[in-house]
Formats: sequence, C-alpha cells, structure tokens
Amino acid sequence: MQTSEGKAELNVSAEINSGEFLCIFGPSGAGKTTLLRILAGLVKPDFGRIVFGNTVWFDSEKQINLTPQERSVGLMFQDYALFPNMTVEKNIQFAQKQKDLNSVKNIMELFGLTSLCKRKPHQLSGGQKQRVALARALASNPGLLMLDEPLSAIDRDMRLVLQDEIQKVHLLLQPVSLMVSHDVQEILHLATSVLVIKNGKMIAKDHPDILFRESAEMNQLLHSPDLGNISSHSSEKPTFYDFIPTFK
Amino acid sequence: MEPEFYQTLLLTGKLATWTTILLLLIGFPVAYLLAYKRFFLKSLVEALISMPMVLPPTVLGFYMLVAYSPEYAFGHFMEQVFNRRLAFSFEGILLASVIFSLPFMVQPLQNGLMFIPSSLREASATLGKSNLTTFFRVIVPNMIPSIVTGVAMTFAHCIGEFGVVIMVGGNMPGETRVASIAIYDEVQALNYKTANRYSLVLFIISILLLTMIYSFNRKKKSFDYA
Repeated sequence: MQTSEGKAELNVSAEINSGEFLCIFGPSGAGKTTLLRILAGLVKPDFGRIVFGNTVWFDSEKQINLTPQERSVGLMFQDYALFPNMTVEKNIQFAQKQKDLNSVKNIMELFGLTSLCKRKPHQLSGGQKQRVALARALASNPGLLMLDEPLSAIDRDMRLVLQDEIQKVHLLLQPVSLMVSHDVQEILHLATSVLVIKNGKMIAKDHPDILFRESAEMNQLLHSPDLGNISSHSSEKPTFYDFIPTFK
Repeated sequence: MEPEFYQTLLLTGKLATWTTILLLLIGFPVAYLLAYKRFFLKSLVEALISMPMVLPPTVLGFYMLVAYSPEYAFGHFMEQVFNRRLAFSFEGILLASVIFSLPFMVQPLQNGLMFIPSSLREASATLGKSNLTTFFRVIVPNMIPSIVTGVAMTFAHCIGEFGVVIMVGGNMPGETRVASIAIYDEVQALNYKTANRYSLVLFIISILLLTMIYSFNRKKKSFDYA
C-alpha cells in the first residue's frame, strides 16, 4: 500500500463472526482504510484469500477476484460520497437492487430523514450527511457493513447521538460491521471486538474491554517500534468471515 | 435579404451543429480514457489532441487536403469504398472541423471527469451499479457545467472557423461557403454592408454562447461534493 512514508506492506489475517461489530484501530497510515478498500474490492491485494460465508471473494492462487458489484458490501466513505445530483431520497433509492419505495420510506424514518427527503447533499449538515450515508450503505441490505471513520468530522454531542444510531442499526439488521475509528470511547461504546493495526501489521484482536483496560500496555505497544505479540483470545464461534489479504 | 445570406448562415449552423454532436460522441470516450486510464504514450496522445490549439489552421488544412487526395491511402480508401472525394465537400470540411475542434470538447470533459471525486464512482460500484449505470446516473449529471462548456466552446469555435475550411473546402456556395469565408469574400469584393451583417451575426452568437457558459458555471459554483 502507498503511505505518506512510501510503500509499505499490509498483512492482516483475521476471522470475524456473524453479527460481530469489529473496530479497526491504529495510528494514521497503518492501513485501516486500505483494508476496508481491499474488502470492498476497490483495491486488489498482491496475494491472500478473502472468504465471506461460503463465498470466495478473492483468492490469488485460484485467480478469483469478485468486483465490488459482486460483493455484498455497504461502504460508508470518510467523505460520505453522497451523489450531489440526487436528493436524500434518491441517494437511498439508488442503492436498492430493486426499486422499493416502502423500504426507502422505512429507512428514512429509521434515520429521521423523512423531513429531509427532498434536500440535496449540499443542503445538509455534517450529521445529516452522515445519516444519509449510513442509510444508503444499508439500503442494499449488505452482509458486510464497513464504516470508514464515520464520525470523525462531527462535533462531540452529535457524535454521541450518532453512535447510538449506529449501534441501533447494527443490532436491528445484524450485518457484520467493520468500523475504522481513532476514538477509544467510541470503540468501547460500539465494538464487540477490536483489531489493532500498526505499520500494516495486525498486532492484536480482542474484546475492547480486555484491550483497553490495559491501556498502558496498548499505549506502549502502539508507540513502540517493537511490534511484539499481544495474546489474542480466539473465538470458538463458527467462522462467518475470514480474510488473509496481503498488499504491498 | 438575399437567399445566399441565409444559405451561408444555415450551412455555418449545420457545420457547427454536426461537429458538436460528433465531438460529443467522440469526446466522452477520449476524455474518459485520458482522465481515468494510464497507458503508454498518454502524454503524446494529449499533445496531439491539443495540437489544433497551437497549430496554424492552414497547416492542419494542408495535411487534411493531402490526406483527402486519392493519391494517398485515406483519400484512395474513401473513393474506392464510398465513391466519395472529401476535398471541397461538406463532409470534407466536417471531418476537418471535427479534428480541429477536438481539444475544445475533450479538455472541458476531461477536466470535468477529473473533478468528480473518485469516491462517488467507488460508492456507486459498492452499491452494485455497473460502470454504464455509474456513468449515466452519477458521472454525467455531476459534470453538466463541463458538458455545457465543451458544447458551447466547440460550437462557438466552429462557427468562426476559417483557415481549415478554406484550405479543405474552398468557397463553394451551399457546400463549403461558411460565414467566416463569406465575410472575407465580401470584404475582397468591397461589399462591406454584407460583410458587416455576417460579422454581426457571428459576434452576437459568440457573445451569447460565452455569456451562457459564464452564467451557468457561476450558478453551479456553489455545487458541493458532499
């Protein structure tokens, strides 16, 4: 992957269970966004395997590489990427595989967007854009929901409200959710597990309480050049999601 | 007013309209390649497309005239396959006009495509939409100012074309005599009144088109890629 300090290797291996809310945590340039882009099919890793349920999305050995269109993902971009030519309603409708106005209406009600349905993105506040982007990412009913620092550009009060909304949606629709975040409080509030990346390498995956309770150790680890191992608690639940991409 | 005046203006409009339509069809794929794809000798291709902006029109006209000659491959092909000679014909000036106006369409479209954040195309792809759907429903509607600029600049440039048309088409009423050539011809014949009428029409069309571009783009300036 390309970082501000030149090319670096991104090497991650993890399993994510059905219904899990995984936060990806790490310093800037660690490869968090690149990891989401690899999973979405927007960036092709050099080698590795990505398996979603029983479907192979990427396998470098078998030369399998599904396009983003063929993967069941909903990606919420850091800049929201709302279509400026479409209203809130049309942005959400665009995500649907088959036109279903009732479903659009329900999603807009769920996110409190009904009164904004005829507005265009440039007429919305940051928090409203975030809601529309999240609603749109969910409108195609994805198996894997990915959120790239969704709350980074929003003030603290609004962030707390939206954290609750994200949690509500996750519990309601039960997709596998991946969220990139720098905010420990946010991770503690939302995540069921945390994956820590530094310099393109996965250095820990565990429950947020376990990882952040020992914050001194985490802090030392994140700032140390020595990327030693942190003991990880392996899940005994059946594997729903498994990926081992490597990207140079 | 004499019918020849209207005939010349109609021919000028016909040439500009056809050039603009053809360039819109050709310009989009070319601009798309230049904006989004990397390929060998891309800089040379960009330079060739921009050449008409710096090259004297007579130079391009001269080479087009040579290419139209049945003694050379392209002219020979046209005569053998379509039984057509392009020199001093409307089709001939149309082809020359398309090549000469290429940068006026391609450059605004290329800039428009490059201005659209890649996250919009990527968002559309992750929502399961094909490249064609993304192009028509996301890309095109979000680059309307660039399309308007390309269309208006091409049309305005085309109605004022002189050098290429006179080299390739000459001055045949109803076939290749466009307004800019008629102005030159009338001035040579000391018919300043007719030359003024042609000039006034070209001046008004050009100022209207340019005002439309500036006005449209100013309205769209508040456009926010949210």
